[in-house]
Amino acid sequence: MATTHTRAAARLMLAPSVIMLLAWMIIPLSMTLYFSFLRYNLLMPGMETWAGIENYQYFLTDPAFFAALGNTLMLVGGVLLITIVGGTLIALLLDQPIWGQGVVRLLVIAPFFVMPTVSALVWKNMLMHPANGLFAWIAQTFGFQAVDWLGAMPLLSIILIVAWQWLPFATLIILTALQSLDQEQKEAAEMDGAGPFAIFLAITLPHLSRALTVVVLIQTIFLLSVFAEILVTTNGGPGVASTNIAFLVYAQALLQFDVGTASAGGVVAVILANIVAIFLIRIVGKNLDR
Amino acid sequence: MGSITLEKVAKKFGDVDVIHGVDLEVKEGEFVVFVGPSGCGKSTLLRLIAGLEDISGGTLRIDGKDATGLPPAKRGLAMVFQSYALYPHMSVYKNIAFPLKMAGMDKAAIDAKVRAAAKVLNLTDYLDRRPGQLSGGQRQRVAIGRAIVREPAAFLFDEPLSNLDAALRVNMRLEISELHNTLKTTMIYVTHDQVEAMTMADKIVVLSAGRIEQVGSPLELYNHPRNLFVAGFIGSPKMNLIEGPLAAAKDAKTIGVRPEHIHLSRTEGDWTGTVRVAEHLGSDTFLHVQVEGAGQITARAPGEFTVRHGDAVRLTPDPAHLYRFDADGNALQ
Amino acid sequence: MARATTTRHRVVVTAAAWTVGFLLFFPILWTFLTSFKSEATAVQIPPAFLFFDWTWENYVEVNVRSDYFRFAMNSVVIAVGSVLLGLLIAIPAAWSMAFAPTKHTKDILMWMLSTKMLPPVGVLVPLYLLFRDWGLLDTRTGLVVVMMLINLPIIVWMLYTYFKEIPGEILEASRMDGATLGKEIVFVLAPMAAPGIASTLLLNVILAWNEAFWTLNLTAAKAAPLTAFIASYSSPEGLFWAKLSAASMMAIAPILVLGWFSQKQLVRGLTFGAVK
Repeated sequence: MATTHTRAAARLMLAPSVIMLLAWMIIPLSMTLYFSFLRYNLLMPGMETWAGIENYQYFLTDPAFFAALGNTLMLVGGVLLITIVGGTLIALLLDQPIWGQGVVRLLVIAPFFVMPTVSALVWKNMLMHPANGLFAWIAQTFGFQAVDWLGAMPLLSIILIVAWQWLPFATLIILTALQSLDQEQKEAAEMDGAGPFAIFLAITLPHLSRALTVVVLIQTIFLLSVFAEILVTTNGGPGVASTNIAFLVYAQALLQFDVGTASAGGVVAVILANIVAIFLIRIVGKNLDR
Repeated sequence: MGSITLEKVAKKFGDVDVIHGVDLEVKEGEFVVFVGPSGCGKSTLLRLIAGLEDISGGTLRIDGKDATGLPPAKRGLAMVFQSYALYPHMSVYKNIAFPLKMAGMDKAAIDAKVRAAAKVLNLTDYLDRRPGQLSGGQRQRVAIGRAIVREPAAFLFDEPLSNLDAALRVNMRLEISELHNTLKTTMIYVTHDQVEAMTMADKIVVLSAGRIEQVGSPLELYNHPRNLFVAGFIGSPKMNLIEGPLAAAKDAKTIGVRPEHIHLSRTEGDWTGTVRVAEHLGSDTFLHVQVEGAGQITARAPGEFTVRHGDAVRLTPDPAHLYRFDADGNALQ
Repeated sequence: MARATTTRHRVVVTAAAWTVGFLLFFPILWTFLTSFKSEATAVQIPPAFLFFDWTWENYVEVNVRSDYFRFAMNSVVIAVGSVLLGLLIAIPAAWSMAFAPTKHTKDILMWMLSTKMLPPVGVLVPLYLLFRDWGLLDTRTGLVVVMMLINLPIIVWMLYTYFKEIPGEILEASRMDGATLGKEIVFVLAPMAAPGIASTLLLNVILAWNEAFWTLNLTAAKAAPLTAFIASYSSPEGLFWAKLSAASMMAIAPILVLGWFSQKQLVRGLTFGAVK
């Protein structure tokens, strides 16, 4: 239904968003790239000199970088594990005939809509506090020692907090996919003598594979950039025990004012994210063709 | 007002030629029907005239003026879509009033015109309803009302009756024909149903694979088809087309004779055959006969002609209505 | 299942589901309860569950002492403003892609989505410096622009999917009826797509309200929204759990309610259509 008239109008109407997003991508990114080759400290402005790849060498050989990289991977991996497994189990549960299903869904969905700073502080103080927190009280009631979650196991604690926030997302996506599974397939398998576990492995899981892949990819994109929860609970510490790449870059830019190194770190973060993005775009693209 | 001329109009989608250089003249006040099988390009041609698709080549003239590059709003035409395309969030009144509102007419004038159109189409009681609350036939009338109210140079109908059930279709056919008699506006009507074409048209344009096969009045196409395609398309049941020895005997590659032009007898006739299926309708009898050297032939007998499966029967084609076609499919004189 | 499931099965499954739901919701519930305790009660061991002296004092104090209202207004202005601005730019773009697609349309859409996948730290430094030089640091305007840009891909994407569900013929009819493009969008497209536009608005307001990277790094005292205000409780003085809870409840309650209504939109908007 497109004619020359509608096509001309279409180009005009698309232009603002394309131009803005293009500017949003290109200008800051090229600046980051440029800065990454400079020795640039915000405390001594006007004294920037060319550094070549020095910033990259410094950043990539800094032990803090390796710690941060490891933490990033563990954070992403840990949250993915909890949300995928937990999300699948909860989705399977919610797919059953339940009284009050609507309300249960609301309860399960809620954590996703809580702002990250609130989640983090609530968990840090009222739940995980080693003296007065709820977990401490529960542990003591059962005769165990109270655990200093954020002090002794900072990364694990943050993984738990972030997983709590993202579990609803994974559950919702997987539940949506589950509910599109046609019952007849399962019934046919039952008539063929398959038990519930076999049905799950042979029919349900393959059907869910697309949804699971999407959850993994989308969550990974966002999890690579976890920031607020770290800022508000441990500030990356103790030391760099709970610092991820995003926090490391932030610390160097806005705490140490080392723009050059922070920019190199930023470029590294972008490359990491791009690798994941390529896979995600391909899947989404395939879906658009449907 | 209302003459439309197509000069070598062509349409490409990508690299594919969908309409091949079509020439056509529609006179003021004519009821022209574009007819043809699915995919022949009739709807595309209509959309080209409406301005909803770009013309790839050739010229379109409306009332003598070049309209090839004009957007739809400026062509002065009105279209009734197959799905009616009513505005679901507006009442019937607002649907019909919409084009007048777009033209900037004042409220009082709009009101008068909407109510007049509603009266003609029996919609006055439904003016406050939404399309979702109307039946198929009523929705169609609203679509027509929306078109009438614009007083266009010509109406364009894109298979408007396809979504209606059979009984309603017959009624709406009559209503549209009466509308044409009343308004006397040019109407271009697209359908795949040749009965609609035959009964409603002043002029029929038969299309196949993006080309015009023949243009003429219904009876012209019925009595003097120019080629095999038109001969087989117009007329229900279809004309019998026979090749082989029977055709060669008449000096042609193919001969054609309509079922209603075959004389049936149990005893005498040119061709011999065995009845495969006999359909007794009371008003007519249709026989599907296996004829030696010709294959399966359909023949019609007026009234009741009592035969059964397996009976022998004789057929005589009326020589005045026997058509001959050459190897290219064109009619021979 | 065509068979009737046993009641016993249902009871077991219902109990399990409610337990899981309760556990997941518990931190929010706990925050709600704590917001009505005195500070002393809030830190007491063993913890008080339901039977304590409920009080409004925390809500009052948070509002009065910390100018909560200003932070809330910032959140509202930034979240709603950025999404409205985004809709203004996205509606024409989505129209273009849904009703006049070209062979590049799919690529452009994919590219737009890919801009959402940019890690914010990658552009933190230049954006901070640019904002500083242009006087946009700690301004609502600056944040509205940033929020708009990061959510624009999702807004365009969601509108695109909703627009595609509208029959093109109705828009063609409006053109035959003499409507210009602007009138076509205002009188025909927007009313028909109203639910979709509302859903898009809803989800993106939620995302903008909860955004906690740019709102933390680009604001200070004046333009700080609720995310930053709550973050200030990470290094407070004295007992503060009850006040934190009250502040938190006020910050999250509206979004919880909105969020409960936008589950379907969440799936559509954040999985980019890859899951139906």
